[in-house]
Amino acid sequence: MMKRSISRFFTRVVPALIVLFSSFSLQAQDIPTDPAVISAGEALFNGNCKTCHRVKQKLVGPALAGVETRVPSVKWIFDWVRNPAKVIASGDEYANKIYTEYNKSQMTAFSNYKDEQILSILAYINAEASKVEAAPAPVAGAAAGGGSSVPSTYLDTILIGMVIILILLVIILALIVNALRKFLNQRELSSEEAEVVNSPITIGSVSRSPGFTFLVIFIVGVVAFKSVIDGLYSIGVQKEYQPKQPIAFSHKIHAGQYEIECKYCHTGAMKGKQANIPSPNICMNCHTQIKQGTTTGTGEIAKIYAAVGFDPDTQLYSGVTKPIEWVRIHNLPDLAYFNHSQHVNVAGVTCQTCHGPVEQMDVVKQYSLLTMGWCIDCHRKTDVNTKGNAYYDKLVELHNSKKAMKVEDIGGLECAKCHY
Amino acid sequence: MGTTKKTYWKGLEQLKNDPAYIKNADKEFVNLGAEEDPGHSRRDFLKMMGFSVAAVSLAACETPIRKAIPYVNKPVDVDPGIPNYYASTYINGGDYCSIVVKTREGRPIKIEGNSLSSVSKGGTSVPVEASVLSLYDNYRLRGVRIGDKSESWETLDKEVIAKLGEIAAKGGQIRIVSNTILSPSTLAVIEKFKAKYPTAQHVQYDQVSYYGMMKANEASFGTAFIPSYDFSKANVIVSFGADFLGTWLSPIEFARQYAATRHLDEDHREMSRHYQFEANLSLTGANADYRTPVRPSQSGLAVAQLYNLIAAKAGKGMVSGGLEGVANLDKAAEDLWANRGNSLVVSRSNNKSVQILINGINDMLGNYGSTILPNMPVNYRKGNDEAMSSFVSDAEGGKIDGVIFYNCNPVYDHPMGEKIAAAVKNMTLSVATNYTEDETGSAVTYKAPDHHYLESWNDAEPKKNFYSLSQPAITPIFKSRQAQESFMVWAGETNVDYFNYVKENWKNWFYAKSGGTMDFQSWWDKCLYDGVLEPGVADGTSMSFAGDVAAAASAVAARYKADNKGFELVVYESCGVGNGSQANNPLLQELPDPITKVVWDHPITISQRDAAAAGFTNDGESNTHYGALTVGGKTMNVPVLIQPGQMPGTIGIALGYGRTKVGKVAENLGINAYPFLTFSDGSIGLSTFEGVSLVKTETPFQLAQTQTHQTYMGRESVIQESVLSEFKKNPAAGREFPKITKWDEKVDPSTLSLWKGHDYKDHHWGMAIDLNSCTGCGACIVACNVENNVAIVGKDEVIRRREMHWMRIDRYYSSDGKHGDYEAMEKASENPEVVFQPMLCQHCNNAPCETVCPVAATTHSTEGLNQMTYNRCIGTRYCANNCPYKVRRFNWFKYHDNQQFYQSNPAMNTDLGRMVLNPEVTVRSRGVMEKCSFCVQRIQTGKLNAKKERRPMKDGEVITACQASCMTGAILFGDMNDENSAITKLLKIEKDPKRPYGIDKKIGNPRAYRVLEEIGVKPNIFYLTKIRNKEEAKGEA
Repeated sequence: MMKRSISRFFTRVVPALIVLFSSFSLQAQDIPTDPAVISAGEALFNGNCKTCHRVKQKLVGPALAGVETRVPSVKWIFDWVRNPAKVIASGDEYANKIYTEYNKSQMTAFSNYKDEQILSILAYINAEASKVEAAPAPVAGAAAGGGSSVPSTYLDTILIGMVIILILLVIILALIVNALRKFLNQRELSSEEAEVVNSPITIGSVSRSPGFTFLVIFIVGVVAFKSVIDGLYSIGVQKEYQPKQPIAFSHKIHAGQYEIECKYCHTGAMKGKQANIPSPNICMNCHTQIKQGTTTGTGEIAKIYAAVGFDPDTQLYSGVTKPIEWVRIHNLPDLAYFNHSQHVNVAGVTCQTCHGPVEQMDVVKQYSLLTMGWCIDCHRKTDVNTKGNAYYDKLVELHNSKKAMKVEDIGGLECAKCHY
Repeated sequence: MGTTKKTYWKGLEQLKNDPAYIKNADKEFVNLGAEEDPGHSRRDFLKMMGFSVAAVSLAACETPIRKAIPYVNKPVDVDPGIPNYYASTYINGGDYCSIVVKTREGRPIKIEGNSLSSVSKGGTSVPVEASVLSLYDNYRLRGVRIGDKSESWETLDKEVIAKLGEIAAKGGQIRIVSNTILSPSTLAVIEKFKAKYPTAQHVQYDQVSYYGMMKANEASFGTAFIPSYDFSKANVIVSFGADFLGTWLSPIEFARQYAATRHLDEDHREMSRHYQFEANLSLTGANADYRTPVRPSQSGLAVAQLYNLIAAKAGKGMVSGGLEGVANLDKAAEDLWANRGNSLVVSRSNNKSVQILINGINDMLGNYGSTILPNMPVNYRKGNDEAMSSFVSDAEGGKIDGVIFYNCNPVYDHPMGEKIAAAVKNMTLSVATNYTEDETGSAVTYKAPDHHYLESWNDAEPKKNFYSLSQPAITPIFKSRQAQESFMVWAGETNVDYFNYVKENWKNWFYAKSGGTMDFQSWWDKCLYDGVLEPGVADGTSMSFAGDVAAAASAVAARYKADNKGFELVVYESCGVGNGSQANNPLLQELPDPITKVVWDHPITISQRDAAAAGFTNDGESNTHYGALTVGGKTMNVPVLIQPGQMPGTIGIALGYGRTKVGKVAENLGINAYPFLTFSDGSIGLSTFEGVSLVKTETPFQLAQTQTHQTYMGRESVIQESVLSEFKKNPAAGREFPKITKWDEKVDPSTLSLWKGHDYKDHHWGMAIDLNSCTGCGACIVACNVENNVAIVGKDEVIRRREMHWMRIDRYYSSDGKHGDYEAMEKASENPEVVFQPMLCQHCNNAPCETVCPVAATTHSTEGLNQMTYNRCIGTRYCANNCPYKVRRFNWFKYHDNQQFYQSNPAMNTDLGRMVLNPEVTVRSRGVMEKCSFCVQRIQTGKLNAKKERRPMKDGEVITACQASCMTGAILFGDMNDENSAITKLLKIEKDPKRPYGIDKKIGNPRAYRVLEEIGVKPNIFYLTKIRNKEEAKGEA
């Protein structure tokens, strides 16, 4: 008897308590305000939600500010996030309302999200929503391209100064010539000498003089030599290379306007050598629903559908696929090894440092030189990102210098770091 | 250095100071005549220059457009640029190895050992490492062929089923012929087929038969089986011709066990003793402590003699036919008896009677249950010679109507191959599932190609209760089909799926017994992830020896002869090409044979005495002559190599050559030795005692041999060795401690330096190579080739000494004679001691190559690596000239995309072959120097992984390709700055407190030495002395 009551306690009362407790906590709308939770929520939001949602702005999906007050309950959000189709199918009134409001485009399911993860996203949304609109910060300028150069204002000043000095020199020389001629004319000269002294300086006389000929040849020679050398150095350097791509994909719209995180599509940047050009199935995460572009209409998006074999009307895949042949912009020679994860993951370098303001480019171009000098220059100037990385602990300890530890100091200029 | 006690020589030409050898011995780059007189004039030069200028300016005008094509639907597990690893199983006939396949973007590019297997224990071998290139063999069948026409699978199935039905209807006989099958599921499939066609029988045979051994075990214990051996428990090992480190039964397993008995350090000063009695110098013989050359005709009598010697001690009855006077045999008997229960006697003989005597010896010594495990029978060789012979005679007699060859090639590799080929032509149905159109494939009508093993699902049972899974590491490249599915289709099944079949079998056979709590899918996933399933062996019933030794001894006495005078032929498997099934693999062809150092050739080996008698000579450029070899009335011309250690009166010939339908690499290379195998006493034997003769012909032949390349200009302290008795007294026995003379005193060379030395703050990579563990097998060379995209150059270029191997194994013979006693040295070379020394870039801290490079293409890293930068190299070759170890290799040609190397180097010249290249390593071009990089790509990957996980590196995280492949663990790579690393512990490194990260670390292991210590280049590779378990050293001064 005792046994049975205990088991009844466990089978009935405990779940009831759990439900009571959890519903209590949810009804209290106990959305955390802990900064750590908010930052965790921010990472999740940027990585997964931001492609379709903004906090204060309607995008593919509704603006999320104050969402927990609009929807029936916080628990409803949990269900919805994990399986929106099920919520719609259950005949839930609110769910069906927004489903029809957003042209029957259904949200992606995030079935493996835990309650606390969803709560952290809500925490982030609340924190964002309560922020006063700050003036938009200008996009951080990317680090200057290669080559060390004197700041241009100095250069201008120096040049102007030199020109003034030269002009003054010419004037002084002209005055000296005049004075000398006067002086000579005051003396008795033979007619031949007088002719020489008084011969006017004309363009013809100057251009025929051997000094002038030499000067011209010298300048032409130097310029030609310089341009040949520059030309040779530029072989294979494709800075500003901006080829036409098979699909007029605009980073300005996706990364700029919609602020989709770079690594959402370029999945390899944190993991491995290649950042990866996204496979069209990543495009289809959004473009199963977004069938029309803001500037190109259906034309360009239809090319994705052709590649993956998708029929936007029936929402079915035919199974016939055709890979998209993008034109490669950044071409390193085979002899150079470059690994994205070393730079993006370990060093924490932003994408824009090397690729420039991609979020402002309609058509992507090569922003940096991608020459060895350019690489090395950065390795000389950049501090090693040792914070929180136990790999570098010993090196930091042994780096007994007041200057920060640069990549150069730990072998960043060695041949076999990139060539093997 | 005149202090060395022994004289080492790499070949007879060096010992004899052959003029041709002397001329080129000290030259890094040999001018071998005007073979490349270009005949170009000044006009050609101008034309070429004009063309180049035009080409360059044209090329500069427009950069080629390069495409980047992503997956349409990227598989979740595949990330471009990140390798995936799959556990699988190497199966080639009865050869087995549990492996891990490294794939990049869905292409297998490297095979590594699977350390989870207790059978192969993470080791690999030469054929296993090379098999990844066989996957991309251009000679593979592209799809079904019927006769000479390409057809579809539907057509083939329809016709094969119709013909099978026709044969079954009239009650005709059907045979399935295969090598040993390790896979229980495959055997079950064949049973299905036999159930459908009751006249079908399954015949298994092996290229090299162990049938006599099985029959001996049947006579001794009641069942025909081969037991497991455990060499690791053996203090004394006696082998009669069994090359258990190279080719015998399961060399990967045995070599690891053997090496375990030969580890030595200050605290452990015991090792096993190994006696070898054999005719031609095998890899195992070269590693033996005591090696006695024995004629094959006497080997059976030597076994009988050993039986008597042991029986005398055990108080058992003697047998007849013992042969007195075999050197070292009495000593071996003493040692065996002293180590009863911890000794092991094995024999290569396939003669039932000899093996019964061997069993009797082991029984008297009490080795069953300790070093021989009959409760763990192995399945490596199950071939039945008698069944195969009756198949051949039935086929010849027209009694067989249909035959299916399942991945075997008896037309080539069975002694009666020609008869099989002829008989098959008259059969109603002949099918082969071989994946190339080889000799058997060309003889049959229906070619139904199976997948390569890297494309297949399969399972294996190498030993009783040790299971292993194969999984595909690549989508099938061609229109081949899993042979098991073919069998099921022909047995009338529809919707066949061999994967599901294996899975179901494992569910029924093993999952039920596992008794675990896992659900089936998780259990299966774990099996697949591990690659192996080892439920463990229940102790079997003890077997008692019941062999009739007296009868066996009289049978031995009848067959073997004490006084045979003529030539005898010994057929053996080489460590590279082996039985010839992978002969079309250039990695194997260009691997120098561990003993003869011959590549791309198939010479016979004879002793110096016989060579002198018959007038054969080999000079320093490996010039020799053909000999007319007559065996059993058939005469063939073969090049002759004089081999120290060969028993006079015997001729050695390797199997695996002379293939006629194999592909461009190996076609018509050498002669086929299988027909020389003879059927006697119910099994196929490996030696011929009578009817063998050899006559010199006047046709010259030049072998490609690497042994004399890269010599050390007489500096002979590179090998430091001693014997166990000395080592017990002094662990530094055999070490040389060179001194450099200053004006006032003699000092240790490491104390003198022109340089300030480096400081390695992060890592200090180093390597230790134990000469006692290295068996010289060459797996490391192949692993290095595959990992580092090393070009294969072909026979002609090897003759010009231009092989590209980054790693080589130097094989030294040493003389018996005292140092300086040249007469004694000449005599000694008949049976020399052998030392193997892996030689690779030593990554010197004071590297001589770095200081002479005019363009700084070879530089030193902050981690102790000597870096080679190909794109900076302009090819002056100063570095190679200045390298004391001769380990730098120069690219004389563009070996990739070059028609000239299309045949020898398919991995860089065909679209199919290129799939094997490692994308992490640059393919070098003409005119640049290259060398071992310490697998810098693996170091960089290991470091990056640690950085990404924000942690310090772990020891063992980075291992070089050579270390990974080494089945004996002779090579150890690691961070010498890490106090807890294995290499620090092995070498007993103590840091200099004044300069803890400097190059001068104190090495505490008395066995460790650096090669050529006296020149002060301070390498980062240390060798541990070679110690032989002998009473006293040969050649002691």
